[in-house]
Amino acid sequence: MSKPEMNWAAINADPRFQALHRKKSGFLWGLMIFAVIVYFLLPIGAAYYQDLFKVKVWGPVNLGIVFALCEFVVAWSIAGIYAKRANRDFDAMAAEIIKDAHNIK
Amino acid sequence: MNLKLIGGTAALAVVSTLAYAGTGAVADEFKWMTFAVFGAIIALTMYITYWAARQTHTTSEFYAAGRSVTGVQNGWAIAGDYLSAASFLGIAGLISLYGYDGFMYSVGWLMAYITVLLVIAEPCRNIGKYTLGDILAFRNNPKASKTVAALSTITVSTFYLTAQMVGGGVLIKTLIGIDYTVSVIGVGILMMAYVVFGGMKATTWVQIVKAVLLVTASIVLVLFTWGQYGFSLPGFLQTVVSDPKVQAQVAKLIGDAATNMTAEEMGQRFLEPGLFLKNPIDQISLGMALVLGTAGLPHILMRFFTVPTAQDARKSVIWAMSIIGGFYVLTLFLGMGAAINVGPAFISGLDKGGNMAAPLLAQYVGGGPESMLGNLFLAFVAAVAFATIVAVVAGLVLAAASAMAHDIYVGVIKGDHASPREQVVAARTASVIVGILAIYVGIAAEGQNVAHLVGMAFAVAASSNLPAIFLTLYWKRCNSYGVVVGMLVGSLTAIGLVMVSPNMTYPAPIIKEARKVLDGTPAQPAHDAIPAVPASSFACQLFDLDGCVKAEPAHPATPAMEAQPGAAEKLALLNEKLASLSDEEEIAAVKKDIDATEKAKAKAEADLAKFGNQTTSMMGLEKPFFLLKNPGLISIPLGFLCVIVFSLLFRDKRSEDMWGELYVRQNTGIHAEGATAH
Repeated sequence: MSKPEMNWAAINADPRFQALHRKKSGFLWGLMIFAVIVYFLLPIGAAYYQDLFKVKVWGPVNLGIVFALCEFVVAWSIAGIYAKRANRDFDAMAAEIIKDAHNIK
Repeated sequence: MNLKLIGGTAALAVVSTLAYAGTGAVADEFKWMTFAVFGAIIALTMYITYWAARQTHTTSEFYAAGRSVTGVQNGWAIAGDYLSAASFLGIAGLISLYGYDGFMYSVGWLMAYITVLLVIAEPCRNIGKYTLGDILAFRNNPKASKTVAALSTITVSTFYLTAQMVGGGVLIKTLIGIDYTVSVIGVGILMMAYVVFGGMKATTWVQIVKAVLLVTASIVLVLFTWGQYGFSLPGFLQTVVSDPKVQAQVAKLIGDAATNMTAEEMGQRFLEPGLFLKNPIDQISLGMALVLGTAGLPHILMRFFTVPTAQDARKSVIWAMSIIGGFYVLTLFLGMGAAINVGPAFISGLDKGGNMAAPLLAQYVGGGPESMLGNLFLAFVAAVAFATIVAVVAGLVLAAASAMAHDIYVGVIKGDHASPREQVVAARTASVIVGILAIYVGIAAEGQNVAHLVGMAFAVAASSNLPAIFLTLYWKRCNSYGVVVGMLVGSLTAIGLVMVSPNMTYPAPIIKEARKVLDGTPAQPAHDAIPAVPASSFACQLFDLDGCVKAEPAHPATPAMEAQPGAAEKLALLNEKLASLSDEEEIAAVKKDIDATEKAKAKAEADLAKFGNQTTSMMGLEKPFFLLKNPGLISIPLGFLCVIVFSLLFRDKRSEDMWGELYVRQNTGIHAEGATAH
């Protein structure tokens, strides 16, 4: 299959592509920063807030264990949220552009 | 993978010979079972290779399995590629020895995939072909960026590979008593067979089989250990807290601080942080290397070229995260289960790093060391560990070979003008070269301290590969100059800092410890509590600079200690005592004591023979200059900074011209490399 020539600069400037870029970047940065903050709270908490981590909440289960388990839930949730959003919005927006790409001059 | 773990695995070479005198954990009369399970797994992987080899003819089939792997399959393969023996055996071991800290440690390995999912997987699938070099060469100078990318890929893969070969050889020796050199050659030949004949397709399926085996083994073990508590988390952990073996381990770890604690409090301490990870700055540095390094590991990156579309790449990370995360949650139960059923003291007696925790738990669950079922379980876990090593090693060899053949030979030397046939021959030849190199390095590094190698692999990936990929994909001004300088500076800084870090072997403390065993220690008067001393500045927490006050933890007050005799004197005393005893039990106890003393003496003498006339590490340092085990905190920002500064300083027309095309294509997947039709 030979690949047709595209005017990449024009596609890049196309309002539909710009809309995709804005929506996607904002969303990805937000999730990424949230994930990094949540992750580093664990070593920071374990080092500097040990008294908080030692509080028992469910039998011998303490806040430290609950927080560590929550990190797993957070990671899975971020994956789920991203997948849902990408499958629903970003893929459709990209498909619009792909369909019309060779006409954008 | 953990620095300590691999250190533990290396130390295991010494410990295992002492513990088993080279016979392995499986008793001789049950060896046939181990070989049967091993044989079955090897036969299965060989069949896969045969089947894959018949479908592997073109370059795309060799490097990327014809881009025909589905998202779900690739998710399992990523898990199989990523969960090394150090995760399976090492993290369960850390939890069994140090409780909470071991579990906390495992979280970073999952969080790392968020970076992979959000910023790396889909764009790389959309614009990449086979290697890291292809991604960078898209808009940067092709020859220059392919050369540095290949160098970095080979460096990262070789570090990782050496650690896996050494760790794997030791592990097989400990588990079933096969000679170290034979194990390394065996692993090497198998892995070469998969890669050379079956290429990416065989590697993928070996990784899938391994991941399924690993997850099955873990689930079975957890069902047995957690099931008896009705799957109640507090119920299970209450048993951990009340267990005398766990309490004894905590007492040992916290030393003097245990004097005023009740048994229950000590058990609870096992579930609290601070027993293993002492330096928070080091942990943050390690965390950065994990979260950013995983996304820059060439063998993980390469997996995304095997799926047909970016949507499948996304799906595969989601699956990989479910499997990897689920597995790490299970390690909590594996580790704690080993602690209560086998006991931390026994586990660390066989291997300081705790690598034997999961195998011993399997043996216990099946009915103990004397039982048939117990040994079958142990054999199964040993075989899973073996499958784990070959699968991970195969992925690494493929990544290094692709850098050599595709980036350097085809891209740089041939200027991208190589016939399809020539490319496949180059790929297979490179795989053989890397495979033989891996075997050679594995044998040469026997008994060496490889603790720093995995840390180095992650640090180089995070400081060199990730800044280059990330800025190439997302920053308009990024160009060839920034990428080349940033990658070189990032990786050299990471390697350089590790070479002068506490990971290296420094003879002075080893000699001191050996002398203590051989010559004994003089009596010490009681001393009062000493408060903690903070480091004099932040820089002093990172480097051993002139005029720095080093941070010291607080020491509680200790009572006076009697002088301890040296090993020879102690042996004489014990033998004297033995002669005067008549009670069977007392004789047995003293004999055990004599045994332990003799082992300690032999180890101290071996250490002195090895290090006695050295005063410095291989870098010529008496003590570490850089005080963190992981260099990420410094080398990652430096890598990013160099890419940015040198991109701004110099201009590169191609990098600017290609930006529009790159950005559109990475977001939309227009013109992405398609699947090959069959």
